[in-house]
Amino acid sequence: MILPLRLDQLAFAAGGREIIAPLTLELGDGASSVILGANGAGKSVLMRLMHGLLAPTSGRVAWSDADAQRVRRQQAMVFQRPVMLRRSALANVVYALEIAGIPAAERKTRAREALKEVGLHGLANRPARVLSGGEQQRLALARAWALHPEVLFLDEPTASLDPSATREIEAVIRAFDAGGTKIVMATHNLAQARRLGDEVLFLHRGRLVERTPVETFFRQPSSAEAAAFIKGELPWV
Amino acid sequence: MGSILEAMRGALSLIASGDATLAGIVLLSLKVSLSAVFFATLLALPLGAAIAVTRFPGRRALIVLLNALMGLPPVVVGLVVYLLLSRAGPLGPLGLLFTPPAMVVAQTILILPIIAALCRQAVEDAWIEYEEQLRSLGAEGMRAALTIVWDIRYSLLTAVLAGLGRACAEVGAVIIVGGNIDGVTRVMTTTIALETSKGDLPLALSLGIVLILLVLLLNAGAYFIKEAAQRRYG
Amino acid sequence: MGLRKVLLSFFLLVFLSAAGAQERFITVSSTTSTEQSGLFKHLLPLFTAKTGIQVRVVAVGTGQALDIGRRGDADVVFVHARPLEEKFVAEGHGVQRFEVMYNDFILIGPKSDPAKVAGTRDIVAALQKIKAAQVPFVSRGDKSGTHFAELALWKEAGIDIAKDKGAWYRDTGQGMGPALNSAAGMNAYILSDRGTWLSFKNRADLAIAVEGDRRLFNQYGVMLVNPAKHPQVKKEMGQAFVDWVVSPEGQKAIADFKIGGEQLFFPNARK
Repeated sequence: MILPLRLDQLAFAAGGREIIAPLTLELGDGASSVILGANGAGKSVLMRLMHGLLAPTSGRVAWSDADAQRVRRQQAMVFQRPVMLRRSALANVVYALEIAGIPAAERKTRAREALKEVGLHGLANRPARVLSGGEQQRLALARAWALHPEVLFLDEPTASLDPSATREIEAVIRAFDAGGTKIVMATHNLAQARRLGDEVLFLHRGRLVERTPVETFFRQPSSAEAAAFIKGELPWV
Repeated sequence: MGSILEAMRGALSLIASGDATLAGIVLLSLKVSLSAVFFATLLALPLGAAIAVTRFPGRRALIVLLNALMGLPPVVVGLVVYLLLSRAGPLGPLGLLFTPPAMVVAQTILILPIIAALCRQAVEDAWIEYEEQLRSLGAEGMRAALTIVWDIRYSLLTAVLAGLGRACAEVGAVIIVGGNIDGVTRVMTTTIALETSKGDLPLALSLGIVLILLVLLLNAGAYFIKEAAQRRYG
Repeated sequence: MGLRKVLLSFFLLVFLSAAGAQERFITVSSTTSTEQSGLFKHLLPLFTAKTGIQVRVVAVGTGQALDIGRRGDADVVFVHARPLEEKFVAEGHGVQRFEVMYNDFILIGPKSDPAKVAGTRDIVAALQKIKAAQVPFVSRGDKSGTHFAELALWKEAGIDIAKDKGAWYRDTGQGMGPALNSAAGMNAYILSDRGTWLSFKNRADLAIAVEGDRRLFNQYGVMLVNPAKHPQVKKEMGQAFVDWVVSPEGQKAIADFKIGGEQLFFPNARK
């Protein structure tokens, strides 16, 4: 177990501008956490700090396991626009398994299972780059699935997809959740946050303004910023 | 203009004649230059990619140096390799001077910086797209570099072709280390130089056109492979 | 991935076949005049047929040919600059110098003959006239046998060319053929060996101006590179070549070589 994840006075600045204000937080097992906020609130940066793609300017990211390699292998991330290698869908998943140190004999079987899980088994031998946007995103999820991570970070995974592709992606995310993977997802889509999240972390201008269970958040946000955001995004409510 | 048309006709009749000596020279040119391209590519791609994805002190200076080495004068490379491979030189005991492998060595040195520098640029551009994804998967350093090299292999073909073009075209290095020995180390460019010095300018020009056609053919082949592959893999 | 393996084996095959071919051969460093005149194409197959030894000729200027021998990169040196050859042997790089054959140098010049030397026999007087008329003269300037011969002739004409040369004296630093190409382009006088001139095709407006002076005599010598100094020298095969070119059989083969019915080289090995 690498969870819980503790962020201790974590801060990030770039070019003299504060992107994430010092933030202390603990993310435990179980509940799916949705990081919500307007564009530029710092959601993506926070995810990258947690995932280790960015080094914090100050403060630290501490997992409960001290072994860096285990920590790395127990987490995966799906980006808004996945980068696929110029090889088959199957080979893309196999590549991730190879990097993760999975023995060669197991890779193909595991990769096929993962493709089946996201409904891409029929396209296993198709070059990944010629798949549609939705298919590529499902492939990215398959790549994560095959790794059986303890934590899955998702950065606006459906922001560039149409509604039907979005539904398919959300179904896969639910399956991850059902399988016991901790979901940490950034989105600015309130409906999606409501469908997939158990709790909301609301970011406003680089500050964590509130952390509330999903139902409470939408009925009764405790901060004025969140209330304004909900009102702005869902003016008909 | 007239002499160029004349030379074109000469080139065609040279090709049509199927002359065995010419065929041998063409074949040796291909063998030497393709071997050089092979070895240079084997070394240059990892080198260029490594420079692209790593950060270390002196990196910028190294990039400038690599870019500058693209303009290595063939004669200088030839001379250095000659002094290395000469019996009186440090690698003399290998007995490679005035043999095709010596020419391969010289051309490899000549084109390595070209392929490495172009690869460095291509991988660095691609790195912007791939970096986060690869790091997220746990691929860092050389591993990530080689993944990118393989992934942009069809774009890197251009770098390799630049090297091949240089190898096929240069005469300064191979004539020094090969010695232009009839039937042993005589290639297209040294033959052209020889015929020029014999004052047989029409024959030299015809041979030049044959060489250009050959390079054109290689490039066309590579281009179509690249196109087909890019359509297939996206 | 199949493609990768195919490509790899293809390239390895290509390289190995390029590296292979271990025959019995010797390397001879010689001058462009012997190679480009076609003498070696005539001579070497006869030697190979008799002995089974292939001869690989590296044809460069005499100065460079001797230097190749001096570095131990050739087994035999076959050149034409007697003082340099004697120095080479004296330094211990060559075993012994044998005279093989001679031909002659000729002064080539434009048909319009601005120096008024065409048809004369006195090369020294001709050079003095060229200098006086300041008409273009192309020099090899590459420390070749021909270049040394040219310098010796200027000296004999009482002209210190290093000091007296002007814009008319074009030091090109090239081999015989390229220098002739330059002369053809500039319509200049030039000293050439007869063999290269006879096989030279880009003559443009040039023709022989002066020939037949005894001072234009051009002697060729051959020597085995000293195995005591350069142990990798193929002593037996190299010596076999030296012995053959000075033998009656080799000498006859040299005499038999003709371009357009004209004999190019005159064997004169001492019996």
